[in-house]
Amino acid sequence: MTCRELTSFIGDYLAGELDYDTRSAFERHLTLCPNCVQYLADYERAIELGQSVYNESEETAKGVPDDLLHAILAARRTAPEPE
Amino acid sequence: MSDLIEEAGLVAGLKRGEEWAFEAVIRIYGGRLLAVARRYVRNDDDAQDVLQSAYLSAFKAIAGFEGTAQLCTWLHRIVVNTALMKIRTRRRRPEEAIDDLLPTFLEDGHHSEQFSTWTTPADALLEQRETRQIVRNCIDQLPDNYRTILLLRDIEERSTQEVADLLTLTATAVKVRLHRARQALSTLLRRELRPIEGSATIQSAAASKG
Repeated sequence: MTCRELTSFIGDYLAGELDYDTRSAFERHLTLCPNCVQYLADYERAIELGQSVYNESEETAKGVPDDLLHAILAARRTAPEPE
Repeated sequence: MSDLIEEAGLVAGLKRGEEWAFEAVIRIYGGRLLAVARRYVRNDDDAQDVLQSAYLSAFKAIAGFEGTAQLCTWLHRIVVNTALMKIRTRRRRPEEAIDDLLPTFLEDGHHSEQFSTWTTPADALLEQRETRQIVRNCIDQLPDNYRTILLLRDIEERSTQEVADLLTLTATAVKVRLHRARQALSTLLRRELRPIEGSATIQSAAASKG
């Protein structure tokens, strides 16, 4: 398995969706290739960082702008009633 | 428990069409939902449009709200669906390329770039407000059709099939795009976070000493 092939399998590897033979070849390549080990670590780090940065208090501190609040309420009053 | 009772009161008020309930549901959840919309559409004007349409849809559909889901979860899904619709219908920009963010290989299949270890653990980077903002900016830089899939799969943790149904794609296409999106994000983080991680280490070391 080349680095290029290994790279294409990373998503399936992390999802546990590789068949036994491919998984073995994938892991064998990792034991021989520090550069792919680091590439995989960076890939996992990207997932981890992405998952951790949508912090509610940080993103929502501003709340809803008043003019937007009133625009929504006004639009609701003029919208047709649901059947 | 008291939250649930308050939520039940709020839902009842909405179903009866009471003005205070409409205002309350916007004040309570609007900030959070606006941030969710912003993640998908990437600019404040579109995010505000999405929030308004989403609330109006929710008010029309409130009679059918069963209370099996929490109100905020139900609203969240409406906002995401509305944001996806907004992205589909807004004037298409030429498809942004992601290729220059994907890894390149030599003829023999080896990576053409050497990757090196980070000096700062991910959780230490996440302690810094500045680095969290950089990560969000990197995600914002991903083209729409990759960013939406990254958000739905990795951030909202929806299943491949659910995302495929939502975006009318095949499951394989979702997997391929998610993989490319993560690779591109990884490249952007290397470019934008690596150069400053040394200073982040110094700052957090100083913070833990002080």
